[in-house]
Amino acid sequence: MPQTLFDKVWDAHVVRQLDGGRSVLYIDRHYIHEVTSPVAFGGLRNRGIKIFRPDQTTATADHNTPTLNQDKPLEPGESKTQLDQLDRNCKEFGIVNYYGLNNPKNGIVHIIGPEYGFTQPGMTIVCGDSHTSTHGAFGAVAFGIGTSEVEMVFASQCIMQPKPKKMRITVDGKLGEGVTAKDVALYIISQITAAGGTGHFIEFAGSAIRGLSMEGRMTLCNMSIECGARGGIVAPDETTFEYVKGREHAPSEANGDWDRAVAYWKTLYSDEGAVFDKEYRFDAADIQPMITYGTNPGMGVAITGTIPAPVSESDVKALEYMGFAAGEAMIGKSVDYVFLGSCTNGRIEDFRLFANAVKGHRKAEGITAWLVPGSHIVERLVKEEGLLDILHEAGFELRQPGCSACLAMNADKVPAGKYAVSTSNRNFEGRQGPGARTLLASPLVAAAAAVTGKITDPREFFKK
Amino acid sequence: MSSAVPVNVENIDTDQIIPARFLKATERKGFGDNLFRDWRYTKDNQVIPDFPVNDKAKYEGNILVAGYNFGCGSSREHAAWAIYDYGFRVVVSSFFADIFRNNALNNGLLPIQVTPAFLSEIFDTIHKDSRAQFTVDLANQTITDNATGKSEKFAIDGYKKECLLNGYDDVDYLVTLRPEVENYEARRR
Repeated sequence: MPQTLFDKVWDAHVVRQLDGGRSVLYIDRHYIHEVTSPVAFGGLRNRGIKIFRPDQTTATADHNTPTLNQDKPLEPGESKTQLDQLDRNCKEFGIVNYYGLNNPKNGIVHIIGPEYGFTQPGMTIVCGDSHTSTHGAFGAVAFGIGTSEVEMVFASQCIMQPKPKKMRITVDGKLGEGVTAKDVALYIISQITAAGGTGHFIEFAGSAIRGLSMEGRMTLCNMSIECGARGGIVAPDETTFEYVKGREHAPSEANGDWDRAVAYWKTLYSDEGAVFDKEYRFDAADIQPMITYGTNPGMGVAITGTIPAPVSESDVKALEYMGFAAGEAMIGKSVDYVFLGSCTNGRIEDFRLFANAVKGHRKAEGITAWLVPGSHIVERLVKEEGLLDILHEAGFELRQPGCSACLAMNADKVPAGKYAVSTSNRNFEGRQGPGARTLLASPLVAAAAAVTGKITDPREFFKK
Repeated sequence: MSSAVPVNVENIDTDQIIPARFLKATERKGFGDNLFRDWRYTKDNQVIPDFPVNDKAKYEGNILVAGYNFGCGSSREHAAWAIYDYGFRVVVSSFFADIFRNNALNNGLLPIQVTPAFLSEIFDTIHKDSRAQFTVDLANQTITDNATGKSEKFAIDGYKKECLLNGYDDVDYLVTLRPEVENYEARRR
């Protein structure tokens, strides 16, 4: 029987099928961070058990770390306690792949995982973080779990879950100029709504998806949780193999592991005739640079569009929170903050896009811009590729790696009532700080806002 | 049997249930104080008295009733912990986000998905009488609006139902599977 890509990877990891549809699913790679792991470590201690496969866990500190003066001692308090505890927990439980604050490999968990080759096609990957869906870009089955499940993975390298339904979203055609993977993601969510993917795992297919870089595919899969899906997945291809090859934890070429791995990875695609529970098709030519106007990621429109009339009480509440009215154009709206970063758009490609766009322009007066690389590798490349000089000349500063203003757990908070064009993933009420108003967009739209101080169509502004 | 507290808002995400700035604790306790923090308190930490969860004179009970797509967004289990710690044992909605549903079930909090029509009737019943009673029967998987006598059956995974009824623990079970997991690993090599 023809199988989907998702079925192939999931089925290969079922240790035991339980009555009632649950599977005991083996997990190849477990990522952890400081916020959702402490209670799970506490659980192990209470039970007096060790981590079953500590080598398969990679740990980093990212959610709650400062993005300035990382080398300076942290102020005593809850954040410091949480980071110290991660350090103690990793040492006590023998997690050797631990990259805490000030480790040269520290960074956002979903950025460093792929960068160091921990993420590979065909794997099952979990983390106590909903944006674990990012790793699906490699043809892995990757999804977020709760802290109880983090403890389950520690205890047995397995979790118990029912198999989700399968959805395929095909985007064919060529993306227009100024249209990025982020716009594809926001467009899809605006079409199928913020709950449209719930219960499903989404395979992204079609020529427009094939044409995306690994960075672009990661952005797209990252956002799959924002339509409620368990995760997103893209069939691995030469683009994938090229990215993984030679990375520190990738299969070794010297001993033949690499060739064996690639031979297996090449079998990971949805067979002709494979059946999905739900299918959507979109035309790449219909996708414009996008921006959100409300308080869930499904409330997005083309940047040249207007705010739709509310259809529910919740929509009314959202517009009230945002200080917007139905019928207003997005173009020209005033912006206070710009945030480039996060596991959605904190990769080198995003910094290239932003820097090349602002080259020769100046940051607008009154704009506070936070440019936060996703990892030290991204930070280093920004410097090596000369992007930092471009950014400095345009009046921008680079901060240090971390999740930062995406969830505003650290000091990077947008003040109440202020508007932030953000390359992150969520525009929920208060997500970027109590009362903050978030407009999700691509790095290119963020660049245009940063130099004009308002919402601007990047295709017009950066026209050569 | 209990009365219920209504929060008639759709797409309540886990950032509303427990904002990120309250995720810094390293132990599982006290999260209930910050449940729906930014809807219960003003910027200056003044109580917003008419938010239903604060309006204890009017609403009480261990059932939380909320709009469509409850618990979307972040995977933070703190959301389920906060709701449980506050004293709720059941959440009723017409739709739940996947990760939240799982997290709730792993923490003794029962998510009950009802039809949109029944949800709307439940809100109406509470609107008419804020102390209206509802009966949840986990064994038979039904929820009843005592005022109208209407009842709906809800779905729950059989294994999770056993866990909730008997207090079983997933981790204990999985630890007993370690030899089987080792066999699986050996097979794959």
